[in-house]
This record gives sequence, structure tokens and C-alpha cells, in this order.
Amino acid sequence: MSNLLSTIDYRPLQLSGLESVVLSTDSNFVNIGERTNVTGSAKFLKLIKEDTFDEALTVALDQVRGGAQVIDVNMDEGMLDSKAAMVKFLNLMAVEPEIAKIPVMIDSSKWEVIEAGLKCIQGKGIVNSISMKGGVEEFKRQAKLVKRYGAATVVMAFDEDGQADTYQRRIDICKRAYDILVNEVGFPPQDIIFDPNIFPVATGIDEHRNYALDFFKATKWIRTNLPHAHVSGGVSNVSFSFRGNQKVREAMHSAFLYHAIKEGMDMGIVNPTMLEVYDEIPKDLLERVEDVLLNRREDATERLLEFAETVKGSAKKKEVDDEWRKGTVEERITHSLVKGIIDFIDADTEEARLKYGRPLHVIEGPLMAGMNVVGDLFGAGKMFLPQVVKSARVMKKSVAYLTPFLEEEKRLSGKEEKAAAKILLATVKGDVHDIGKNIVGVVLACNNYTVVDLGVMVPAEKILEAARREKVDVIGLSGLITPSLDEMVHFAKEMEHEKMDLPLLIGGATTSRIHTAVKIDTVYSGPVMHVLDASRSVPVVSELLNPDTRDNFHAKFKAEYSAMRKDHESRQELKNYIPLSVARENRTRIDWSAITFKKPTFTGRKEFVKYPLREIRKYIDWTPFFQTWMLAGRYPGIFKDSVVGVEAKKLFDEANKMLDEIVSKESLQANGVVAFYDAVNTGDDVDLVNENGTFATFHFLRQQNKKAQNLPNFCLADFVSSKQGKDHFGMFAVTAGIGLEKLVARHKANHDDYSEIMAKALADRLAEAFAECLHEKVRKELWGYESNESLTAEQLIKEEYNGIRPAPGYPACPDHTEKKLLFELLDAEKVGITLTESYAMYPGASVSGFYFSNPQSKYFGLGKIEKDQVIDYAKRKGMSVEGGV
Amino acid sequence: MQIHDILKERILVLDGAMGTMIQRHALTEADFKGDRFKDHPYLLKGNNDLLSITRPDIIKDIHRQYLAAGADILETNTFSSTTIAQADYHLESIAYELNYQSAKIAKDVAIEFTRKDPSKPRFVAGAMGPTNRTLSLSPDVNNPGYRAITFDQLKEAYKEQAKGLIEGGSDLLLVETIFDTLNAKACLFAIQELYEEIGKELPIMVSGTITDASGRTLSGQTTDAFLISVSHVPLLSVGLNCALGAKQLRPYLQILNEQAPFFVSAYPNAGLPNEFGHYDQTPDEMAAQIEEFLKEGLVNIVGGCCGTTPEHIKKIAIVASKFKPRAVDGRLSMAITE
Repeated sequence: MSNLLSTIDYRPLQLSGLESVVLSTDSNFVNIGERTNVTGSAKFLKLIKEDTFDEALTVALDQVRGGAQVIDVNMDEGMLDSKAAMVKFLNLMAVEPEIAKIPVMIDSSKWEVIEAGLKCIQGKGIVNSISMKGGVEEFKRQAKLVKRYGAATVVMAFDEDGQADTYQRRIDICKRAYDILVNEVGFPPQDIIFDPNIFPVATGIDEHRNYALDFFKATKWIRTNLPHAHVSGGVSNVSFSFRGNQKVREAMHSAFLYHAIKEGMDMGIVNPTMLEVYDEIPKDLLERVEDVLLNRREDATERLLEFAETVKGSAKKKEVDDEWRKGTVEERITHSLVKGIIDFIDADTEEARLKYGRPLHVIEGPLMAGMNVVGDLFGAGKMFLPQVVKSARVMKKSVAYLTPFLEEEKRLSGKEEKAAAKILLATVKGDVHDIGKNIVGVVLACNNYTVVDLGVMVPAEKILEAARREKVDVIGLSGLITPSLDEMVHFAKEMEHEKMDLPLLIGGATTSRIHTAVKIDTVYSGPVMHVLDASRSVPVVSELLNPDTRDNFHAKFKAEYSAMRKDHESRQELKNYIPLSVARENRTRIDWSAITFKKPTFTGRKEFVKYPLREIRKYIDWTPFFQTWMLAGRYPGIFKDSVVGVEAKKLFDEANKMLDEIVSKESLQANGVVAFYDAVNTGDDVDLVNENGTFATFHFLRQQNKKAQNLPNFCLADFVSSKQGKDHFGMFAVTAGIGLEKLVARHKANHDDYSEIMAKALADRLAEAFAECLHEKVRKELWGYESNESLTAEQLIKEEYNGIRPAPGYPACPDHTEKKLLFELLDAEKVGITLTESYAMYPGASVSGFYFSNPQSKYFGLGKIEKDQVIDYAKRKGMSVEGGV
Repeated sequence: MQIHDILKERILVLDGAMGTMIQRHALTEADFKGDRFKDHPYLLKGNNDLLSITRPDIIKDIHRQYLAAGADILETNTFSSTTIAQADYHLESIAYELNYQSAKIAKDVAIEFTRKDPSKPRFVAGAMGPTNRTLSLSPDVNNPGYRAITFDQLKEAYKEQAKGLIEGGSDLLLVETIFDTLNAKACLFAIQELYEEIGKELPIMVSGTITDASGRTLSGQTTDAFLISVSHVPLLSVGLNCALGAKQLRPYLQILNEQAPFFVSAYPNAGLPNEFGHYDQTPDEMAAQIEEFLKEGLVNIVGGCCGTTPEHIKKIAIVASKFKPRAVDGRLSMAITE
């Protein structure tokens, strides 16, 4: 039996309650809920002592809802029958599905309590703790039983001589315990969690000066030298000498964690309400705290004590400030909306409904008043998009509460209320991207517009039909990929054909004022407007719908677009373009004799199914994420931005929290496929060849603008050698969007736009990160032309490596139709990625492209091309000229 | 040849239902009691496990039919042979004997068939059912902390059962129809304790039961949580049986296929019960559904549970011979296709 196991990579720590929790060795910090601990919580102790177990269960539930990934249960108290209390509480927890879903940490200093607890949990939990305190034989006996009961265990750095309090003692004991567990007991090393003892510092006793530093060093040593083992600890111990001084304690906890996690501590018992954000610790306090933790100065303790005196009593108020609950119902509703607090909105809405008599009056009265405050703050740049979306969530919840009353009223009166202006939103046919559209929808809804959202991939007829049926006032179209631009033109033509005069709004990443002016405004006589971003949608819509401003506004735009068209035409004439034959002469010069061709490790395709998200998330480029949320700035500098810094950090933390959940629950799945083929350049094309000759050809386009001296007219094909049998060509498609629909449906059902948009934005980031991650793997292993590369995440984002991965549809190769062949060769459908009729990838959170390994290969923008190339390209592709780019 | 080695080469077939086959004999109370228990003051009809002692001819015949149909592994007639389950019949005292006898009967038949064709060795799996008590659930809605049995009581009962099965000649132990993982953990604990005491280890198969479309066991665990909860034991195989038909089982087998570091087994019911509570999926229908997951390479061991007969097993064995077994690897599946 054992020979079977030895062939298996068994490394991640796998735990379970009703659901699984898998922690790989490089996972983020796991927070263990500690409120169900009689030694740490006076409240919990009181509940257990008074035998009010029902209420004690709510303490456990709060922790699960608060995001604890493992729940610690401790009943060690002199006045309690610890064993009976442990069994009773665990049995009660077992039948509460929401609590029982996470793994249990059975925490006791008495073995008999631990063993009784182990007999109550059906999942794989953690024992906290065992040690060599009582001798090696007893340690081995307990470890063997822990394994037999199917649990992981915390091992305290403790032996026959006592608790380890120096660096050397810590590592000696941990090493000895590890060897005994792994070699003699056969304990799986990934199920060992060392607790190398967190002791109080700044006690005034000289021997304690290195306590924190030694813990950090020991942590690093353990993670480096004891394969697969984890490190945990009870963090609040470290600040014991500052009891009563919350501010200093909070700063110490977070600074301690900051350093410990850096050295590899990956689990811990921390009270999240006693933790300051590391970046928010005042500089002077942080310096003094770190002086103590890192033992940087002789007088570190004195200086921290001195400082502590000055901040005494001014502890950060983490407990919810309930003062605002004393205001009027209107004030409370406004407060909830502005702060995005969802907890009281149902009760407050009901109170307002009784006070105002009719549900509609609540919407038009206090709710609108509150949203106006939100709108004003947003307009003034004092609130940011993530906050506004949270406000909208509160608003939606309130309206959802009122809806049955509205229906009832409508049923009784038999009359239709005159609704607010209606805006129809849709992502056009062939396109699946909708984050931006959803944000616009939320912002409009916040401003009292009724939004009819038709979703994604909506054909023109369906939009027109819905516009008529719903009697909408404005139509907004969204799209991200370039073919969507043509679809928008088509739609505008249809509107003209149907003799409609509704305002048409155009938005989305590839749309532009110039495209709208040149291509759309010219085919539709009604008002057409390009809306740059969500914040602009409200003023544009309100001007368009106000009878006083409507006509002027429309005329102003028409004039503006007309001027832009003229300007555009004159520029066209100014730019110099050269014939294709001349451009070809000026191709990229590459000294092929200096190139060492590297053969990829395989030919054909290779799938990567369920690629670990933990691995992928390390490659996330966060800057575009903030752009999605309309927060300007580069990561990580954005956190220091005086305007959006605080909100950006909050958003970032919430994003990571959701990401943690996505990773641990595997609610998204990342699949990818990579392929390599022998390739040869044939002018502007790249032929893929096998033993039977050419079996596929990719077609590329060449820049045609007149270049300065020594600058070539680039074409991607230039980066592949024209010699037979030399060069290779790669391609890939990845997605991180499998499972997204299910994830989003849950948030939708809760009227939670914020989480919905967040989930989508994260899926997009993961897809990009996956492309980055796989590209590195390609360079280092699969193709292997840069096997020695070693770059930081930042260097990767800056593309400081050799080779490129341009995507069809992007500036260097803007023709989306090449994706068809790309997808056929990759057989991307097999890993769950398909193409729509407009060559958009589905799921939306997908990336595909080509791999070029040539060190001279680079990204460029194709720019405008001339008719001669259009004809040539169409001929090469066997397409008609209209069907071309 | 060790069963591990055979499993790497081909898909092994487990037998089908015992209960369905016993029903065909229309046995009476007198058949169940036989001579030995004719004075037993309680009704014994329905105590199928008892037939291993009172009508061994019938049980042996059923075993033969399954082996003739092509099964590689026989399950002993011991689903309810613990002191806990036998308490319903006031026969706690014969628990050890039931297990010993049942294993012995099955082993005799297995040896008979292996002799006939040594290239296809037959194995006996000592079946250990879930009992009728649960460690994770309270039978009393008003007292959710109450449990009708303790871990230690269950462990002792299973230990006695395992001892009987091993001494009677089982080649494997099969902890099956697990609807409460804590019961299974008590069983696995007992087995490991016993192995240590007797200095001998048989390969262990574990098979859970997903009770409905929620994808969870009766005690609430998801398939992957269930897998993690039993993975501390170096199992021969982990799998699913009962409650669902082959078609409904497929998504959960996919999870095991992706994540289990052990061989994977599946022995579904003959479809879902019809409105009369009968299983009426035909052998051909069932084999066709099983073929679906064999094609995907999800399993190493297949067989049948409630409602299946030698005719079903025969069809399943034919289908199983056409496909390669699932390859056992780690969590991340990375396939190379040209």
C-alpha cells in the first residue's frame, strides 16, 4: 500500500469541514477564528459557563461569516468540565451547516480533551497542540493517534527541558520533532504546523529583547529546512506588556504579522478587530514598534513605552460606531447609503414606509435624497466608484424590500405609475464583455433612472424590439473588441432604417469619439454620443432627456462630431503612406546567423486543465484592475495617492479577500492550451509545416506609414526565419472564466452589483495573469529558449524578457479572423474556450495569442494600411475585400 | 500478482447486489432461521447476512453467478454483520461468526474460479456497511447535540467485524455506503488498530454515498471534503456507490478522478428507483451509462449496487474490458495530446 503513496506528490495541507480547504505551501496567510476560545474571550467563557450553548454557537457563526477559514475551539478553563464542553460544542457545531463547512482546530493543553474532540469531527481538522513536553514516547503516541484520527497538528516548540525561547532552541526542537514525526511516526510533513512560540516583548527584561526577532528567524529556518511544514502562532501574546493600550497593541500585532508572514508564517490565531492596517500605522509609532520587534536599538523598549503614554486611551475605535443609529430615519437611510451599510436598511425602509404611507414616497423621498448626496459626493470626487457601487447595493436592497408593497398598490389601484426615464443597455452581438456596461448601469440606477439591461451578445433586432416594448428613452451600447465597432455601426443603420430618433450612447474600451464621429454619427440622424466613462453617463443622459437642454445639446454634439470628421480627413491627407512593395523592402532586419534556434520540448498541443489559481494570482498586474474601477494610478504607488489611496487600498483588500475565497473554493477554473509547430516565413505570412509540407498559414499585416531612417516597416512575420527547418512558432489560449457565471449568479440574486463586478474584474485579471504565467513557463520550460530567466513580477509586467505574445485583434495584428485558425490548431474548445461569430472569446475572461521567441521581436501598432495591402491580404486569405480588416 | 499491479493494467469488476438475488428465492422465516435458530424468539426474516450460516448454498450460488458473469471481486454477505446492526435481530452475539463464515464462503468460491483460470484471479472484499446509527447527526430534532452512539462503540463493533472478515479469508476490506464520514473514520480507525495488533495489513477500499443531487453525503460533506477526510489512510481505492444511478454519479466521479491519489471505484444502482421503489434499468442501459465514464477514464473498479444482477455485471464486464483504467496521479491533471 505504501508504495502507492510514495509515488504521489502529496504536499498541500488539505483540510475539510463539510467543504474542503486546501492550503498549498505557498498559500496566503490563513486566519484562524479564535473567538470560540474560553481563554481568549470572556464573553464566550460566560456563555459556556452559563450553559447557553445556543448563543455560543452564534459566536462561531459570526466568525465563519467574518471570513475565518478554520475555527479554533478551546474549553480549557479550571471551572469547566473541558472534555464534556468540547464534545457538546463540537456536536452542536456539526449540525449547523454554515459553521460545519469549515475545518475545526481542536485546541487544548489536555490530551484527553483533544482526543474526545477528534472523535466528534467528520472532516479533517487540526490538533492544537502536541509537543515533546512529556517526553518523546508520549509525543510519538499522540502523533500516531492524531494521524489515525485523520487530523493535522500544531507542534509547539517545547521539549522535556521546557519551552524554546531562543533561536537555536526553537530550530533544534522543531528539527527534532520533525524528524521524529516524519521518519519514525510516518506523519505527513504537510500536516505539521509548527508553533515556535510568540512571547511578549518590551517587557523590560533583557532576555526578552530578541523574542520577536528569533521567532522571525526560526520561522524562516523552518520554512527553508523542514519541507512542507507550516508555521503558526498566537499573535496577541507579543503585545502582552501593553494590555489596555489598544493602539499600541494593534500596531504591534500588524507589524509582527508583517514581518512574520514575510519570513513564511502562513497561519495564525489573530483577532481581526485588534489589528491595524500596516500601512496605516503612524510612522513614528511604527518605527518604535519595529525597533522593539527587530531589536534595533538599546533604548527601544523605553522609547515605545514613552510613546505609549502619549497615545494611551486613544485606541482606534474598531467596534461599530452606533451613534448614527440615533438619528432620524431619513438621516439613517442617507448614512447607510453613503457608507454602503446594508445591515439596517430593511428595518429603516420599513420604518420609512410606515412614516411616509406609500412605498413610492419612500423611494422618491428619503432614498432619492440619500442617493443625491451620494451623487454629489461622487461628482465632487469625494466618493469613488467602488463606494458608489456599494451605495447602489443598499439602494437595491431597499427597493427590493419595497417592491412587494409597490406591486400590491398597483394591483389595488389598477393604474400604472409614471416611471422614471428608462435606459436600455446592451453589449452588442458577438461580444461578451460587460464590466463597463454594468458599472454604467449601476451609476445610472443610482441617479434614479430605470435601467433595462439586456446582457451580452444581444443582436440588433432584439435591442430594437426591447426598446419599443419597454418604451425606453435612451439606448446605450457597449463593446470591447473591435468587431463590436462594426456591429454598433450596423445597429445605428438599423435605427435609421426604423426611423427611430432615440438618443444612442456608445461606450466600451475600443470605442472612441473619433470612431463615433466618423462611422456612427454619419449613419444615424438621431443623437449619438460617445460616453468616455461611467461618471460621464449621468450628465449626458440628463442633458439629453431634459426638454430644455435636449435640442441644444444634440446640436452641439453634431457640430463637434462634424468638426472632428473634417479634422480627421485633413490629417489623412497629411500622413505619408508608401506602397506595400516598398514597405516590404524595408522589413525588419534580423541577423539570423546570430540566432540560436531552440526546438520546443514538444510539437503539437498541450493542455493545462485546472491550473492552480494560487500559482496564477502571483502574476496579477493590478494597475488595470484599478482602471476598471476608475481609480487612476499605478499599483502599488496608488495606495499612497492622496486622493484615491485609501479607497484603492480598501478595494484591493476586498479584491484579495474575494480572491482568497475563489482560490480556496476553486470557484473559478483556469484552463489553457499551448501549441508549437515548425514554422517558416514566406513574406508577410508564416507557414506551419510538418513532414507533409505546409498544413496551415497565418497571415499578418505590415506597417505602411513612411518611416524615419533606419526604422523598419514592421510585420510580425518578420520575426520568423525564412529558412526551412529552422524556426518554430507558438500559440496559446487561456481562460480563467470557467465557473464565473455561477459565481456571478449568486451575487446577482443578492442584488450585489459590487461583488458581481468585482468577480468579473478578478476573472479578467486572472486570465491575463495566467497568460503571463504560461508565457514564462513557455520561455523557461516548454519552449525553453530562456531556461535561465529569472525576473520579478514587476519585470514581467514591464516585459523585460525575450519574445512576445501578440494577440489577434490587438494593434500588431488587428485582424480578429486569424483567431479562427488559431483556435482550430489549439482545439481550444477542448479546454472550454470558444469563439463567437464576431471572434470574441467565450468565456470573456480569456486571452489568446502567438508566441514569437526572436529576441528582436517587439510589439508595435500597425496603423493605417493602404488599399494595395487590403487587396493583397484578402487574396492571401482567400476573402473578399469587404470581409477584410 | 498483486491487486495493485492488476489495477494498473485493467479495470476490475466488482459484483452486483446481494439483496436482489436473495429475493429471487422467495425465502421464508424457516429458511432464515434454519435448524440452529429455530427457537430464536424474534423474527429473522430479512436478516440476509444470516443466510451465510443458515443457507450457505444460496449465498455460494449467488457468488458463483457473479464470478461466472465476469466479476473480479466478490463482496462478502456482511453489509449488516456488526453487533450494532445485528442488535435489531438480537443476534449481537454471532457478529464475529457471521463475518468469518461469509468471508470463508466467498473465499471458497473465489479460489474455485481462480483455479479454473489463474490468469484472472478473483478477490474477496470484506464488506463493512455504515450501520444504522450516525455519529454526526442527532436522531432527536429537539436535541441536536445528542448522539445515538459513540465513536468508541462503533470502533469496537467494526474491529470485531474486521477481525472476522480477515480470519475468514478476505483479500481486501471494503468500507462502503458511507453516508456519515465520521462513521467511516471510526471504521478506518478500528481497521488500523487491528492491523497493528495482528501485524498484517489488507488493502482497504472506501466507498461513499452521495445521497441526492445536492452532491453531498447524508452528513453534509461535498465529494472533495469526503475525499480529504479519508485520505489519511493509504487506501487502495476510494469511490462512490448506491443512492444514485450511473448517470447521476458521473460528476462526482470526475471530482474523485481529478483529486484522488488512490484508485477510483464506482458501483451505482441500476438507475433511480421507479414509482414502486424498484430499480428497472436494464443491463444494456446501465452498461451504456457506465461506458460514458469509462470512456473518460474516470475509474479503475466498476460494479453494481441496488437492483443489479449477474446479467448487469456481465454487460458491465464486457464494457470494462474495452477501456483502459484511470491513471493515478496527483491533483493537477495535465494531459498531453498531439
